[in-house]
Amino acid sequence: MAAEPMLTWIDERLGLAAWARAGLRKVFPDHWSFLLGEVALFCLVVLVLTGVFLTLFYVPDATSVTYSGPWAPLRGQSVSAAFDSVMRLSFEVRAGLVMRQIHHWAALVFVAAIVVHLLRIFFTGAFRRPREINWLVGIGLLLLALTMGITGYSLPDDLLSGTGLRVIYSVVIAIPFIGPYLAFLVFGGEFPTPEIISRLFVFHVMLLPALLIGGVLVHLAILVRHKHSQYAVPGATEENVVGRAFWPSQVFKSTGLAILTAAVLALMGGLIQINPIWAYGPFDATTVSSPAQPDWYAGWLDGALRLFPPIEITALGITIPSPFIPGVLLPGVAFGVMTLWPFLEAWVTGDHAEHQLLDGPREKPLRTAFGVAGLLVFVILTLAGGNDVVALVFGVPVEAMTNILRVAIVAVPLLGFGLTYRICRELFDRREAPGQRRASVRLRRTAAGGFEEIEPD
Amino acid sequence: MTGPMPRLRLLALVLLAAGAVGALLPGAMAKANHSASLREASHSSLASDSDVNAGHAVFNARCATCHGDAGQGTALGPSLVGVGGAGADFELRTGRMPFSGSPGTQAVRKPPAFDDATIRNLVAYVASLGTGPPIPEPRVDTAAVSAGQHLFIANCAPCHGATARGGAVGGGALAPPLDVATPVQVAEAMLIGPGEMPVFSSLSETDRNAVVSYVAYLQTQPDPGGVSIGGIGPVPEGFVGWVLGLGLILVVVLVVGRDWRGSRA
Ligand code: HEC
Ligand code: HEC
Repeated sequence: MAAEPMLTWIDERLGLAAWARAGLRKVFPDHWSFLLGEVALFCLVVLVLTGVFLTLFYVPDATSVTYSGPWAPLRGQSVSAAFDSVMRLSFEVRAGLVMRQIHHWAALVFVAAIVVHLLRIFFTGAFRRPREINWLVGIGLLLLALTMGITGYSLPDDLLSGTGLRVIYSVVIAIPFIGPYLAFLVFGGEFPTPEIISRLFVFHVMLLPALLIGGVLVHLAILVRHKHSQYAVPGATEENVVGRAFWPSQVFKSTGLAILTAAVLALMGGLIQINPIWAYGPFDATTVSSPAQPDWYAGWLDGALRLFPPIEITALGITIPSPFIPGVLLPGVAFGVMTLWPFLEAWVTGDHAEHQLLDGPREKPLRTAFGVAGLLVFVILTLAGGNDVVALVFGVPVEAMTNILRVAIVAVPLLGFGLTYRICRELFDRREAPGQRRASVRLRRTAAGGFEEIEPD
Repeated sequence: MTGPMPRLRLLALVLLAAGAVGALLPGAMAKANHSASLREASHSSLASDSDVNAGHAVFNARCATCHGDAGQGTALGPSLVGVGGAGADFELRTGRMPFSGSPGTQAVRKPPAFDDATIRNLVAYVASLGTGPPIPEPRVDTAAVSAGQHLFIANCAPCHGATARGGAVGGGALAPPLDVATPVQVAEAMLIGPGEMPVFSSLSETDRNAVVSYVAYLQTQPDPGGVSIGGIGPVPEGFVGWVLGLGLILVVVLVVGRDWRGSRA
């Protein structure tokens, strides 16, 4: 074989064999929930591949041009060069529309996969010492993914995303003291500015992806360094990892997962319409679209803006515009608590020990209850972000829907907290694994025809 | 006892199915015929064969309880003086009138309550009550769809949605989807502003024709990009992304993550 001398030659110079051997032997625990992060990773790969394709045709330019492509309703209308290029991608570039749609679906599923992965980490306590740093990296990655999504959503320069940018502008400008400066710095002037599209583009295709991919590499490097945490399956201790080696077992699992993830995304991109900008029309400063929603992962931010009563607070001579509290303070606090959670928990419980074995959610009722409550806040804010559509679905007036959600945002998380706590306690006190059969009670029939229980021995 | 029962049930099932087909088919066919006759009717709009007196008679029987003996209006219904042929034609052909909902609720589209001749008589009578817009005769022109889209997005999309799939307007009212409204009805709606909808008589006739053309275009053109999930943007998209996208992938995860050798400790 010609390959072997070549490999030997390379190994003599780089000494990679030992490293590769260790890598191939890395042990992966045998539980499906450890694959959730991988799903996010493979979505990212699909995003990068389709994104590169889109970048070849996209024009980050707000200059007005006259649309003259094949889509009759837009022909002759004045649109930005950016919008024009996305229309060209959709109707003239071969496979352009399916690439666009795969990219957009992949973005939605990417963030969803990150959220589910994060929930797994949270509810099993995988963020505890020594993994706090990787938790922080993970939160950073989530933030980057959200920013990627929001910048990407705005690139087509259609009416819907333009409405979204307008909302972002009004939130930024509402930050006390620095708001107007910050808004001008980011947008390059008063909204709408010709600069914003090219700026978003640079962020979306260069800065943020570089940070995101770099962050993922750090995330994985730390994972390898720590080795996997694991559930307390028989044989698992704080000192070992029980599972299967990367080669040959995990490689096949991961490859299969990658292919199937890509297949699902391609299927969606090919079969289900997403973001039909040709119907929304080009951005126009004098019009707003309706119903106007951001993509789901930003819906909770919009929902907070819609739920929060429009009050301006004036204190010590400064006025805090109403979007500040729901638009800046609330997400700031939410992310702050999430970021600091490992440290808060260690501080409250006084548990500073290293943990390689994961908790079952029922073993930490308080943490689980907090997590559920937080999740419910998120869900209700997200519903509020689509209040007009939700109202339509349930046949309720929009105003009534908003009031229902205003009550729900307080009541439901509290209820969820209490209920979860009770259920966890109950389950934990029984100390039964889910699905485990209850020990049966043995009865003996007495001579008189009655029954009595045989005491378990 | 078990003998005849299944056969009886089968018979019942067959009868039921036949009944359902029988009930649905004529309805569907009538709908098709109806829209054909609508187009014809609109061309001969206020033709001489309509009879104001006959219209008045039907009006007294079916409308006067709410709109008054001379269409002057009552507590139950607004005055019809000045709504013109357009208003009456729209309300009657979309089945909104005679109103049958509970007071204060929105009039909704139903199959029309009257045949074509009766509608023409009623329209002639209501038109004779005062000066109002006559039934318009819009021109559907594919060359106008571009201007039409621009106007539609600015004027109609805020309530009816960019793809005209309908939306909530506030106060519990719904802007209905525009998938079945005929060109005449679209033009009439702009002239009279039914229910919570504003009047768009400020648009020129050319502009109104352009809007009508775009709505007609939306009703017939193919919708590129695959299955349209509502055409109202990110809410259904996010839902599908989670349920179908992540849902399918989680199934994959469960399958891949399973220990197929069955040797899990
Ligand atoms: C049960 C009461 C009721 C009956 C019967 C009724 N209407 Fe109405 N009508 C209403 C109400 C209420 C409205 C206003 C509702 C709305 O605008 O959605 C209305 C609105 C109208 C309008 C539109 C008025 C405008 O200002 O645009 C027309 C035209 C009309 N009705 C014609 C008729 C005709 C013709 C009949 C008989 C076939 C009829 N209605 C029977 C209650 C009634
Ligand atoms: C303020 C919101 C609003 C705007 C803007 C609006 N509509 Fe409407 N539209 C409605 C409502 C509400 C109804 C239902 C009327 C009723 O209750 O009878 C309606 C009904 C209609 C109907 C009747 C549909 C059917 O199938 O019965 C047509 C056609 C229509 N609108 C066309 C238009 C067009 C064209 C425009 C733009 C020029 C427009 N609308 C702008 C709210 C609106």
